[in-house]
Amino acid sequence: MDATLKKQMEITATKVRMGIIEGVYNAKSGHPGGSLSVADMLTYLYFAKMNVDPANPLMAERDRLVLSKGHTAPALYSVLAQRGFFPEEELKTLRHIGSKLQGHPVYKKVPGVDMSTGSLGQGISAACGMALSGKISDDYYKVYAVLGDGEIQEGQVWEAAMFAAHYQLDNLIAIVDNNGLQIDGRVSEVMSPYPIDEKFRAFGWYVITIDAHDFNQIEKAFEEAERVVNQPVVIIQKSIKGKGVSFMEDNVSWHGAAPNEEQYNKAMEELKAHLAELEK
Amino acid sequence: MEKKATRESYGEALVELAKKREDLVVLDADLAAATKTGTFKKAYPDRFFDCGIAEANMMGVAAGIATTGKLVFASSFAMFAAGRAYEIIRNSIGYPHLNVKIGATHAGISVGEDGATHQCNEDIALMCTIPGMTVINPADDVEAKAAVLAMADFEGPTYMRFGRLAAPIFNDKDTYKFELGKGIQLRDGDDVTIIATGLMVAEAMQASDELRESGINARVINIHTIKPIDRDIILKAAKETGKIITVEEHSVIGGLGSAVCDVVSELCPVPVKKIGVNDTFGYSGPAVDLLKEFGLCASNIVAVTKEFLGK
Repeated sequence: MDATLKKQMEITATKVRMGIIEGVYNAKSGHPGGSLSVADMLTYLYFAKMNVDPANPLMAERDRLVLSKGHTAPALYSVLAQRGFFPEEELKTLRHIGSKLQGHPVYKKVPGVDMSTGSLGQGISAACGMALSGKISDDYYKVYAVLGDGEIQEGQVWEAAMFAAHYQLDNLIAIVDNNGLQIDGRVSEVMSPYPIDEKFRAFGWYVITIDAHDFNQIEKAFEEAERVVNQPVVIIQKSIKGKGVSFMEDNVSWHGAAPNEEQYNKAMEELKAHLAELEK
Repeated sequence: MEKKATRESYGEALVELAKKREDLVVLDADLAAATKTGTFKKAYPDRFFDCGIAEANMMGVAAGIATTGKLVFASSFAMFAAGRAYEIIRNSIGYPHLNVKIGATHAGISVGEDGATHQCNEDIALMCTIPGMTVINPADDVEAKAAVLAMADFEGPTYMRFGRLAAPIFNDKDTYKFELGKGIQLRDGDDVTIIATGLMVAEAMQASDELRESGINARVINIHTIKPIDRDIILKAAKETGKIITVEEHSVIGGLGSAVCDVVSELCPVPVKKIGVNDTFGYSGPAVDLLKEFGLCASNIVAVTKEFLGK
């Protein structure tokens, strides 16, 4: 990746992380851990990859993203706000009565959200439907589905995996955010989904494995994915839950908890310092 | 009277619909031969997609297709559509209020020999609880076809219930007009009103005719749209006849009977007698015999009505 672009991505992703903390802190609830782990990927997709137009969020030919791991809505909202779909200030209304920023994303309510999600395992099926529809009418948009590594314990994910390979949906790219943690503990201990790569391969997918927090690898993954024909692609990204906030990293207690004022200040200080470093 | 299963009507209506809707996509979950979407598949193979035995994914795929603006029908047996895929219909179709048409066949006890695992008597109840869901249960071939074509022009999630058993065709295809949310009065009468839906409408009419011979004038109303239900026709019947009997091939919990009670209990309380499946599972047997076993037939409607009226 071009060094300037990489710097830009890192700066934007840091701002996205600040938006996540801002939202969850003001909501006094929400899911910061998995939001922070997927922040770099969502940043790359919305700022370097996807054909979207904040002025026309339902543009027919747009690329679509389904946040199948819908509980990490704070990350999606923060990226969409950074990208100009709605004012950043609105992130503070997350989960408040009357806010369009519901606890889980709602289609047509939030500009830029392409599907309502939140009940795990369902988003990937909707993404398959979007991809199939594109194939039927020769539309050239791409569909991205972002899943959690705990989420893939849901059987519906594998129904969808079978479907996507059967109909050769090469306009579909799934991303599995492999941060290794779910509410009850380590995914390997709760109900191991491993080996994730071999499972998808067995289901007929083209598999790419990357470091979730390295923009060079993210860019290369999509370059590789573009070359795949007649097969859906899954990018399994090894990530760190809570990435970017020291005390949240790889700590399961930050799956679904909001920081108190002291923790909020500490998190924001860390992120601001990181931003200042990047902007130097 | 000529008979046809409404699932047959469904398949034929889809073929009819495809002629004018190029954006029509039909999904099934390995039951095309039974749900009769196979009729559509044969005529329009490029617009038919089998999802395999995976109803949850099928409903999600339908939702995704609907977001792109195409008209999509998703089919399976009522048990696996409304039952197995309930939560996907609720969250991926109902909540975003997507324009997905669910064509569910093999509803009710008249599935017959397959028995309880396949006899879905809970689908209307389940679907009616989803905000914004329209629930349709046509009574015969004419109504089923008209409903499919009408609902194709209606924007919003819709559950359509079809049967396996051949049903008498009593509507006139030249004059019948499907009006969403409108009940149809099929027999006049002021002694009692029999409100029926689906396969039970023909039985209700037969019962009314038999009751007339005993000097009882039973009004018959066909409710093809369970949700939103026609409150006006029900209230009018409550006021004018003072007693209501509901008949449905569905559990007495949460179906037509409950919907009618919801209306009259709040606005015009009258005694209501519900005929349906009484909080029990079905079992194997020939469909027509089973319907009799469960009291879902004209003779039982007659008996219940007489007892209800104390005659």
